[in-house]
Amino acid sequence: MTDFEAFADMQPSLSPAQTPPRANLAGWLYVSPLVLVLVPFFVAPILVVLAASFFATDGFGGLTPGFTLASYVEVLHSALTLKLYLATIKFTLLTWILTLIIGFFVAYFLVFHVRNQLLAIGLFLLCTVPFWTSNIIRMISWIPLLGKEGLINQALLGLGVIRQPLEVLLFSDLAVVIAYVHQLTIFMIVPIFNSMARIDKKLIEAAIDAGASRFDIMRLIVVPMSKSGIALGTIFVVSIVMGDFFVVKVMSGGGSASVVSAFYEDVGVLQYPTAAASAVLLTLVLVAIVSLILRTVDIRQEITR
Amino acid sequence: MSAVLADMPKADVSKAIAPVTKAIAPSTGGRPWTFYVLATLFAFYVIALYGPMFCVYVLSFQDIRGGLVFPMKGTSLHWFVDLFTQVRTGDVKGSFDRSIKLAIIVTIITVVVSFLAGLGFRKRFRGDTVVFYMMIGSLVAPGLVLGLGTGLLFQALGLNASWYTSALGAQLSWTLPFGVLVMFAVMSRFNHVWEEAAYDLGASRWQSIRLVMIPVLAPGLVAVALFGFTLSYDEFARSLQTAGSLNTLPLEIWSMTLNVTSPSLYALGTVTTIVSFIVIGASLGSIVLIQKKRGSSTKG
Repeated sequence: MTDFEAFADMQPSLSPAQTPPRANLAGWLYVSPLVLVLVPFFVAPILVVLAASFFATDGFGGLTPGFTLASYVEVLHSALTLKLYLATIKFTLLTWILTLIIGFFVAYFLVFHVRNQLLAIGLFLLCTVPFWTSNIIRMISWIPLLGKEGLINQALLGLGVIRQPLEVLLFSDLAVVIAYVHQLTIFMIVPIFNSMARIDKKLIEAAIDAGASRFDIMRLIVVPMSKSGIALGTIFVVSIVMGDFFVVKVMSGGGSASVVSAFYEDVGVLQYPTAAASAVLLTLVLVAIVSLILRTVDIRQEITR
Repeated sequence: MSAVLADMPKADVSKAIAPVTKAIAPSTGGRPWTFYVLATLFAFYVIALYGPMFCVYVLSFQDIRGGLVFPMKGTSLHWFVDLFTQVRTGDVKGSFDRSIKLAIIVTIITVVVSFLAGLGFRKRFRGDTVVFYMMIGSLVAPGLVLGLGTGLLFQALGLNASWYTSALGAQLSWTLPFGVLVMFAVMSRFNHVWEEAAYDLGASRWQSIRLVMIPVLAPGLVAVALFGFTLSYDEFARSLQTAGSLNTLPLEIWSMTLNVTSPSLYALGTVTTIVSFIVIGASLGSIVLIQKKRGSSTKG
């Protein structure tokens, strides 16, 4: 966004510093219920985890209040940590790229290629319906397809393409990525669809009149104007994949691990301080990624526009 | 080759005169090649989206000899009966009850709080950015970490974790940011002129909210409710450490995926899908009703 656009987007109201005290009070009254939930159930738990990461443990779940960096030293020195982060980043990047490509082109198809608006909305709803089914059920629904005796292997065997069932389909990294893409593409489609649907078609006609090629239109109009949708979708997908342990655990058959699945194992064996330390590190990484995204796109301004 | 070159200028001229034929969004004319490519991509996406789930629904209607993969062995409702009667598949009925109740409570709180926050964020106020970032933080924080933190907090305070206290709060920390973001989009389409007109006619703030804003924004509020319900009904990571001794449905499904290797699991998938569809149907129905009522009362 150029400075001029940012200026044009500014709300007519005064900047917060100039707002009269009464307006400040009214604003806080409206958001106070939100704050009253977020403080005890987001800020406090995060602080508890932060505190626990500095505690000592007897190894059996007992915590000794205190201040030691032992857990951080242990987590940072462990070769496993690097491996877990690499695995998590690999899953996140693959899922992000695939959901972005599919999500962008599905949204593009619905907004710019389907001429009947009612049909476009109908097809859009068709994409969102599976979202209402349990994630866990959607994940295990791949078992009858990808399994050793699953449909894909049966079909390939029947066609004579392979002689032995492919084992790589289920309980592998491939299965993990398939499950993520299946679950999360919707988080890309919805925000990108929303921002694309708001692009004024006159703008594109003007570009065509000015001699722009279809590629130019895509590069100079559609992509920049879908930026807020892409950013929002990216935040959803990246934070869900990086915060997930369930898909990795089940779809890899225990063969792969992510940062959070290791955290879950730690909690299971009552290693709270190391679990907390790795949770704090992961949260910092997530905060860094999200603030990087928010730095490029001001979603609040884009959404409220 | 020369023939092609000779044709070139002509092609260029036609391109310059009638660029509309290759445009993205004309309402007439032939489809560009990208249409067919993207239509194919879309079809593949939809098949991959629904295919596996249909397999599960179909396989859940097998008879007693059935297994987790095709081919299907007979048809019966055996696994549905098994799901609700057998003790070995766990407390499906109880967890189902709890999940529905919890989802309803979460929905009501989410709608009210998101609506108020949406009103608050319409104007800038001192510290609004802090609240906004707190919300984004709550949305992106790993659910399992927040769940553990909430569980430890309750332990430290000497409170018992249960689905209607700690799990309720943990779920709200996830549904509220979603609800408020949806409210932003809904509010951005609200025309402030209507509100000002209400004030000019002597309405109090509460009257303008009750008589103008809520009716106008009703479809958006239903959308927020739908989000709240399904996010809660499906919430797993944040509930894991906070639900206490009694499971919610996703936790029950989770323990089933680890222990139960019968089509009962698939039957549960079919049942939960049916419940979801009833909820979506009711919500969409109410949106349509609201729109229709509005259409007949404010025509012109």
